[in-house]
Amino acid sequence: MTQTIGSATPSSGRNSGTLLARIVPLPGTSARRAGLMVERNVLVYRRAWVLIVSGFFEPLFYLLSIGIGIGALVGTVTVDGMVLDYTVFVAPGLLASSAMNGAVYDSTFNIFFKLKYAKTYDAILSTPMSPGDVAAGEICWALIRGLIYSTTFLGVMLALGLVASPWAILVLPAAVLIGFAFGAVGMAATTYMRGWQDFEFVQLIVLPMFLFATTFFPLSTYPSALQAVVVCTPLYHGVELIRALTTGLVDGSLVVHIGYLVVMGLIGLRIAAGRLEKLLLT
Amino acid sequence: MPVPVANVETVPAASSGPPLVHARRLTKRFGDFTAVDGIDVDVARGEAFGFLGPNGAGKSSTMRMIGCVSPPTEGTLRILGLDPRTDGPAIRARLGVVPQQDTLDTELSVRENLLIYGRYFGMSRAAVRAKAEELLDFVQLSDRAKDKVEPLSGGMKRRLTIARSLVNDPEMLLLDEPTTGLDPQARHSLWDRLFRLKQRGVTLVLTTHYMDEAEQLCDRLVVMDKGRFAAEGSPRELIATYSTREVLELRFGPDADNNVYADKVHGLVNRVEVLPDRLLLYTDDGDGTAAAVYDRGLRPASTLVRRSTLEDVFLRLTGRTLVD
Ligand SMILES: Nc1ncnc2c1ncn2[C@@H]1O[C@H](COP(=O)(O)OP(=O)(O)OP(=O)(O)O)[C@@H](O)[C@H]1O
Ligand SMILES: [Mg+2]
Repeated sequence: MTQTIGSATPSSGRNSGTLLARIVPLPGTSARRAGLMVERNVLVYRRAWVLIVSGFFEPLFYLLSIGIGIGALVGTVTVDGMVLDYTVFVAPGLLASSAMNGAVYDSTFNIFFKLKYAKTYDAILSTPMSPGDVAAGEICWALIRGLIYSTTFLGVMLALGLVASPWAILVLPAAVLIGFAFGAVGMAATTYMRGWQDFEFVQLIVLPMFLFATTFFPLSTYPSALQAVVVCTPLYHGVELIRALTTGLVDGSLVVHIGYLVVMGLIGLRIAAGRLEKLLLT
Repeated sequence: MPVPVANVETVPAASSGPPLVHARRLTKRFGDFTAVDGIDVDVARGEAFGFLGPNGAGKSSTMRMIGCVSPPTEGTLRILGLDPRTDGPAIRARLGVVPQQDTLDTELSVRENLLIYGRYFGMSRAAVRAKAEELLDFVQLSDRAKDKVEPLSGGMKRRLTIARSLVNDPEMLLLDEPTTGLDPQARHSLWDRLFRLKQRGVTLVLTTHYMDEAEQLCDRLVVMDKGRFAAEGSPRELIATYSTREVLELRFGPDADNNVYADKVHGLVNRVEVLPDRLLLYTDDGDGTAAAVYDRGLRPASTLVRRSTLEDVFLRLTGRTLVD
């Protein structure tokens, strides 16, 4: 099946695909062709599956050291008047952060290598594949990898009794959304990078977010001026989204979190595809 | 009414239907710099067409526009009768491309490079698997099928790139310096393969620095310099028009001032070219001219009589040698 996102004729029906196309026109992008980009990466990682497995351990080690180790010292946190075990509080934060980290890593280092050194995309664009197909396919692949990690992490959370709500069933799509938002923006940023030294900036943004965007302590810890800053960061919305789902503290703010991440991802994807076209089809 | 007999065009045997490449005033600019300066070109189906020119002439820029991976700045361009601006993917689906620099997927094996490339063209897994074996055999890389790309030699990589360009059974093959970096044996076997493709009806468009390559492969070629065409025709026509039958090469040793010797042979032939290491005398009788040089008391360290080549055409047209 060929689903065309944002074809040249906008009259292709009143489905969500068209709406998406209106917000983010990605000319000549088809789901089938984007899937071929994923197929290419499956070929590559069939041999390098160790790299995939290793990515799972980092968040798990954090969960063990901080969640269980520090959790024993901290005891509980109070969120919206509800008292939570610290491990229950921090686990969804770690899941969201690892979804972010995975997507950023995939969409910056890996993409930069293929773009500037391996010239992988130059060859692909002399086939019927379009820059939109490449961008969408690469981000899709990052999401699939992220989904593998999130699923295992969620499994560990379940085993440790850290999931308190049936809403947790939505954790996986939520983690995919986080991956999409960060992957798309990461890829867009990568197209502007001149050399490896520019990746320092990525660390400069990602690390503080990881540490301060309510991953490890609640928003109420901050003075109100700082709260306003934290609330603006994308990871905050990711962490709060996952935390609401695993703890069951679900309210209307969920819509804001989801909306923020969707818009961020779509804008990133649009920029990434446009920039690929500009860089490679000169 | 008189019948306009003289105006009846002779249609070359190769052409059937519209030209596969049709360009008018085709221009490519990078900022202020004009890389391709308003060229007109038509390539008929089944033809082998060559762009010959020195570094920076605009050959690759032209090839990339034809391959629909570089939008023209100005002018008309139709590939396979379609407009690259609107039908890029449909055109690319029917082309095979060998870029100047190999762009193999270094994260995949030799065979996988062909497999995934076929998939990009929408081929089924079964079809592409069979095709990959056939092509590996064609470029004699079957025994390296499982190897990574990186450790292959330059020539092997080039052969794999050529195999890759054939995976979709293209109607037209775009080859940007296909044999640069190949040893003589590999070059000849590649020419042989390209010739076989041509016999099967595949249209070839290629660029090269090598005169012998152009003479071997091309039905028609253009000499390109500074973004423009300096001449156009079959290799034989170009030589007949822009050069003489033979060339006498005189070398007077490493320290000789060739300009002085140029004066001394003055009047023997209509045209003399002074190169840093030798003099070229354009003549229809090389041996006779060599005798005349000796009669003037000159004793060159070496003399060579050879047939005129496209290299001489190029020198005549641009005042420069092709390969520095
Ligand atoms: N992307 C680009 N940006 C700016 N200038 C470019 C770009 N591509 C090519 N040029 C310039 O255009 C001119 C023609 O380049 P092109 O690669 O077409 O030459 P060529 O005939 O293929 O030469 P060569 O034999 O060295 O491959 C050169 O001066 C080159 O610097
Ligand atoms: Mg070139």
